[in-house]
Amino acid sequence: MDAESLLLSLELASGSGQGLSPDRRATLLTSLTLVKRDYRFDRVLFWGRILGLVADYYIAQGLSEDQLAPRKTLYSLNCMEWSLLPPATEEMATQTSVVKGRFMGDPSHEYEHTEVQKVNEGEKVFEEEVVVQIKEETRLVSVIDQIDKAVAIVPRGALFKTPFGSINVNRTFEGLSLSEAKKLSSYFHFKEPVELKNKTLLEKADMDPSLDFMDSLEHDIPKGSWSIQMERGNALVVLRSLLWPGLTFYHAPRTKNYGYIYVGTGEKNTDLPFML
Amino acid sequence: MEDSTTLKQEKENQELEEAGQPWEEMVTASSQDPESGLSEPPEVEQGPEAGPQTRSSPPGIPQSGASTPVDDLTGPGASTPPSPPQEPSSSPSPLALARQDFMAPWQSNKTTSVISEAGTPPSDHLEQPSDKGESTSHQTCQSEGNTFQLSQQTKCHLYGPRDVSYNNSKEKELRFDISQEKDSNSNYDLDQPESGASEMAPNMLEIAIQNAKAYLLKASSKSGLNLYDHLSEMLTKVLDMRPENPVDIIENISQDVKMAHFSKKLDTLQNENEMLPTYETAEKQKALFLQGNLEGTDQELEDEITEHALPNVMESAFYFEQAGVGLGTDETYRIFLALKQLTDTHPIQKCRFWGKILGLEMNYIVAEVEFREGEDEEEVEEEDVPEERDNGGSEADEADEDELPRSFYKAPQAIPKEESRTGANKYVYFVCNEPGRTWVKLPAVTPAQIVIARKIKKFFTGRLDTPIVSYPPFPGNESNYLRAQIARISAGTHVSPLGFYHFGEEEGEEEEEIEGGRDSFEENPDFEGIQVTDLVESLSNWVHHVQHILPQGRCNWFNPIQKSEEEEEEEEEEDEEKEDEKGEEPDYAEQEVGPPLLTPISEDLEIQNTPPWTTRLSSNLIPQYAIAVLRSNLWPGAYAFSNGKKFENFYIGWGHKYSPDSYTPPVPPPAYQEYPSGPEITEMDDPSVEEEQAFRAAQEATVNPTEENEETEEDEDEEDDYD
Repeated sequence: MDAESLLLSLELASGSGQGLSPDRRATLLTSLTLVKRDYRFDRVLFWGRILGLVADYYIAQGLSEDQLAPRKTLYSLNCMEWSLLPPATEEMATQTSVVKGRFMGDPSHEYEHTEVQKVNEGEKVFEEEVVVQIKEETRLVSVIDQIDKAVAIVPRGALFKTPFGSINVNRTFEGLSLSEAKKLSSYFHFKEPVELKNKTLLEKADMDPSLDFMDSLEHDIPKGSWSIQMERGNALVVLRSLLWPGLTFYHAPRTKNYGYIYVGTGEKNTDLPFML
Repeated sequence: MEDSTTLKQEKENQELEEAGQPWEEMVTASSQDPESGLSEPPEVEQGPEAGPQTRSSPPGIPQSGASTPVDDLTGPGASTPPSPPQEPSSSPSPLALARQDFMAPWQSNKTTSVISEAGTPPSDHLEQPSDKGESTSHQTCQSEGNTFQLSQQTKCHLYGPRDVSYNNSKEKELRFDISQEKDSNSNYDLDQPESGASEMAPNMLEIAIQNAKAYLLKASSKSGLNLYDHLSEMLTKVLDMRPENPVDIIENISQDVKMAHFSKKLDTLQNENEMLPTYETAEKQKALFLQGNLEGTDQELEDEITEHALPNVMESAFYFEQAGVGLGTDETYRIFLALKQLTDTHPIQKCRFWGKILGLEMNYIVAEVEFREGEDEEEVEEEDVPEERDNGGSEADEADEDELPRSFYKAPQAIPKEESRTGANKYVYFVCNEPGRTWVKLPAVTPAQIVIARKIKKFFTGRLDTPIVSYPPFPGNESNYLRAQIARISAGTHVSPLGFYHFGEEEGEEEEEIEGGRDSFEENPDFEGIQVTDLVESLSNWVHHVQHILPQGRCNWFNPIQKSEEEEEEEEEEDEEKEDEKGEEPDYAEQEVGPPLLTPISEDLEIQNTPPWTTRLSSNLIPQYAIAVLRSNLWPGAYAFSNGKKFENFYIGWGHKYSPDSYTPPVPPPAYQEYPSGPEITEMDDPSVEEEQAFRAAQEATVNPTEENEETEEDEDEEDDYD
């Protein structure tokens, strides 16, 4: 959700119970403005919070002019002092995929993971147990990246592609219509398209190149990984990710208000097929 | 006819320039003849221009008309190759100027011929191409267009002479229509070479142009105008008035045109009122807000009770907001009103906002209520179903007296559910999907449902009658599952500060009382309050005030004495306590014991290094006014707060228990072993001849006296053998 309209957005997203206490709100409003100034961001998003056992991570993201350019992610424990997170890499993802359970809330906490590695000494092959230390900060980076890639979404038309190739915020976006708001195909993943290139010519025929430049939600795997609800009597559409429980996207049809927030444990719901 | 000859010449020149295909032209020209040749000779020559188009698509000319007008308008902006009609006016070619002279009289002929057609309003002309119908107008268009193909560039100059010939406004309008058509057709001819060149490729440009035109023709939902008409009217106005520097005042012209436009308000037969769901919901919720006024003053006693029953939702919502959880302010208030509605319509002694369970399609708002004494509503429902099944089985046993063995398997004995007001059924739960909708009472929970619910993990859909499809078959639909989850969550996460409740003295009358722990409590009038910092620092200051649910699925132990063989087999719960007792003797099952009431939560078991509770202070900045916030890690979404004196519990979430490992479906039940091969299964070999002979010898030896008998026996044996 946009840091500038934080209060309205929080109100809109409150149906899932994911709010912020008044002092946190006030702190964020202040500190995110400063973050925007200091880091020269074009736009600052309040991304959400990851619930730790001891403390919570508050996450913010800074966007540059080009909305799909790599984003910078910051975290904070007290909402006032923000630290920049390193960019996520594939290596980190594989490294942290072995860690399970909840976040601790301490960035310097180290998870220990014992791995069995094969060591060649001459001709003999030993199996040796190696203890791998994984910092929680690394895991945080990787989880945020995974969530972003999987479930960060924007409504169709909110962003548009300029002839120069950059992706900008669409000022003429007036919200989805009611009928569109109920369809998954009106929502796009907020990331570089992956599936788009695999589409057939027939599927591409109806697309508007300035708007349809991202993957839509409707082909997400597994099918049914989104819950879409109209709340307040159609005045608000809320999408909840079932794959990453805790991610809530809200959009008030016919207005520019949209955004997403993640409040959760930072764990993927691998039980989804059993639960549907 | 002089005109026509000169025109022909001109035409020929043009054709050469445009590099049309001569042969095709001839063919198509002949096909065009009946239509256009009658009107005037040049048509014969003109046909070819339209030729390729008509061949590719039979109603070609209307279509081309459809495509080209857009070009007129979008041309300058979209930078399409053909020169738009506006251009010539600024820089007329000498050729065109030369032509102007002889075009003028001829043009007058043409326009007059068209006037007969021109009764139709402008919009008709514009829409007509898409209709592809009306051969008459079609023809005129075509003829107009054809004539104007020759003099496309001069078109604008023709206004002069025409203005002279037509003075009255009506004719002006008509003329405009005509000129519009001319525009389109002439432009189409300009396009022609291009489309001819790209004949092989699919006509992408044309499709794009048609799409663009369709878009421009889309009427505005507010004013009913469309941009296409508007632009053409504007251009007409500019061309009529010939202002200086038109580009500078184009906005004003646009405004003038809009203001000049008036539309009659059309009567529709019936006003169809939109019935958006928004309005429906608002209508329903209106009842919530009205209720306070509707209540008469004669119900003062009633009011007293309901006031007592109604919880102060807003106050606890305020504290939960400090903690950073809860719904929005307005939704909370709506729920508050909905709870008021509930307490007004039911004999409720105590009511509490339990929380909200998220669903796939709709959510559940859950209220926890306690009915007034003796006013519990109908409770005798489907609880007899399993017993009936048992009875039926035993009756069948008695009825059949064959020797054939019947199934020895008996279903494990159904454990009866607890009485209302005790155990897991201590409270009654009402749910609704949205504040304002009707409250639905959830059925009482049965132990079997709790036991199965512990083994499955399903999303709620939001519809209470959804069947639950799961591997251990769940006895009931979603309402039962919801009720079971509510019972589990309440038992796990409802906590209060130490000392707030204490065991009452007169509680011995509870018939279900067992020696291990008492199951009822009351508020401690002498509760002094606890320091918030103490509540944050020590978990032992919080106690459970809801009874623990045993692995059996009940809060109070039910001894299934008769046949309790191994019903505890299925009780490897991940729940907080691990009961390792097994009733080995068939007649006696050892009692399951859980933590008694008012046990501190510091004794809760942790799951794989995850502490079950997290506490914190709501604000680090102003600790003196902060409240203690408790968060359950076992049931994500369960919260409790206390400011020392007050406390409240709240749940919002999907209604699932947390586990660090992914869900594993329960293992299938063991396959029943077959009978061990023993003496009653195996048989001996048939008696051999030697054995029989030996047997006979032995018999003879023992029974000498009766030989007749033996003989008969022999006979019989022999007979047997023969058989």
